[in-house]
Amino acid sequence: MSYMTDRKRADRWGSAKSGTQHFWRVKVQSVALLVLIPLFLIAVAPIIGADYAAVTDHFARPLPALIAALTITVSFLHFADGFQVLVEDYVHGIWEKVLIIGMTCLCWGASAVAIFAIARMAL
Amino acid sequence: MVQLTLPKNSQMRTGKTWPKPEGATNVRKFQIYRWSPDDDENPRVDTYFVDMDTCGPMILDALIKIKNEIDPTLTFRRSCREGICGSCAMNIDGINTLACIYGMDEVKGDVKIYPLPHMPVVKDLIPDLTHFYAQHASIHPYLETSTPAPAKEWRQSIEDREKLDGLYECVMCACCSTACPSYWWNGDRYLGPAALLHAYRWIIDSRDEATGERLDDLEDPFKLYRCHTIMNCAKTCPKGLNPAKAIAQIKKTMVERSI
Repeated sequence: MSYMTDRKRADRWGSAKSGTQHFWRVKVQSVALLVLIPLFLIAVAPIIGADYAAVTDHFARPLPALIAALTITVSFLHFADGFQVLVEDYVHGIWEKVLIIGMTCLCWGASAVAIFAIARMAL
Repeated sequence: MVQLTLPKNSQMRTGKTWPKPEGATNVRKFQIYRWSPDDDENPRVDTYFVDMDTCGPMILDALIKIKNEIDPTLTFRRSCREGICGSCAMNIDGINTLACIYGMDEVKGDVKIYPLPHMPVVKDLIPDLTHFYAQHASIHPYLETSTPAPAKEWRQSIEDREKLDGLYECVMCACCSTACPSYWWNGDRYLGPAALLHAYRWIIDSRDEATGERLDDLEDPFKLYRCHTIMNCAKTCPKGLNPAKAIAQIKKTMVERSI
């Protein structure tokens, strides 16, 4: 039970003065992935079905390694930002924070693992 | 967490079937949502039969005929009967629209009428729009200036006036906001298409001097950025407006002023 006025309920906490940066970042990531995903597919096409040695040799070259690292990193960051929007839409309360923090950590962790793996092959 | 099932006391039941009009040959079946706060009954769907030979062409004509001739307890809002006041907004045949400008011939088969979705119901087809109106008030839907008012009038060029077309026509019927899934899930914080369309109407107004403050007030993950361009608002608007486009313009303006 609360005796808030209708206007107070509508205004609530006022504006968070944020959101535009997140919105713009997702757009930039989308455009980047429009370029990166075709490049990634072109970069991995020659090694589909190849043996382990051929794959490591392929990613020892700078261009395929950089394209793969960028594509995986941007994809995971884009996924984390998109997931945050999804959670904000449908989940509220403590689980909202837990899920956002958890998925952000998972995505950054997965990106780090991918970059480490590519670096090991490349270097 | 989003609730995907209705509470037990909100589950709809089959209601009363009213007798067909005697001697009528051209009869149409109406299934109408009923709920009253005066008893503890669940909502129900009553069935009415209307003689189309003695009824006007619009859905509102049939509702008025039902109320006058069959069941005077049927409750709904109506006023102008020409799509200007926005009072008779309801869900007809699955579409949020104005009963007064929605033709009977636009519905195939039985006519199913429910209140606007996902809003508290006051009675029958009347939704509680208190929060919707408070959200509209919160965007300051009026001219804000700091320059002393001119002796005669605030001047505006023809080109600047044209920017308001497609915005000023909104009658605040709430069809768009109640068709928006984002508003369903987060209507307590998300302003919804109608309030945001009105917000943009004042942001784009060349005479208004509070543009920065208006944008500041809207820059919020929930007030504005719950819009995911689902476009239900534009599809359902009985006035043919495009609130989704207005919201996209607000987001564009937000980005333009920050980069």
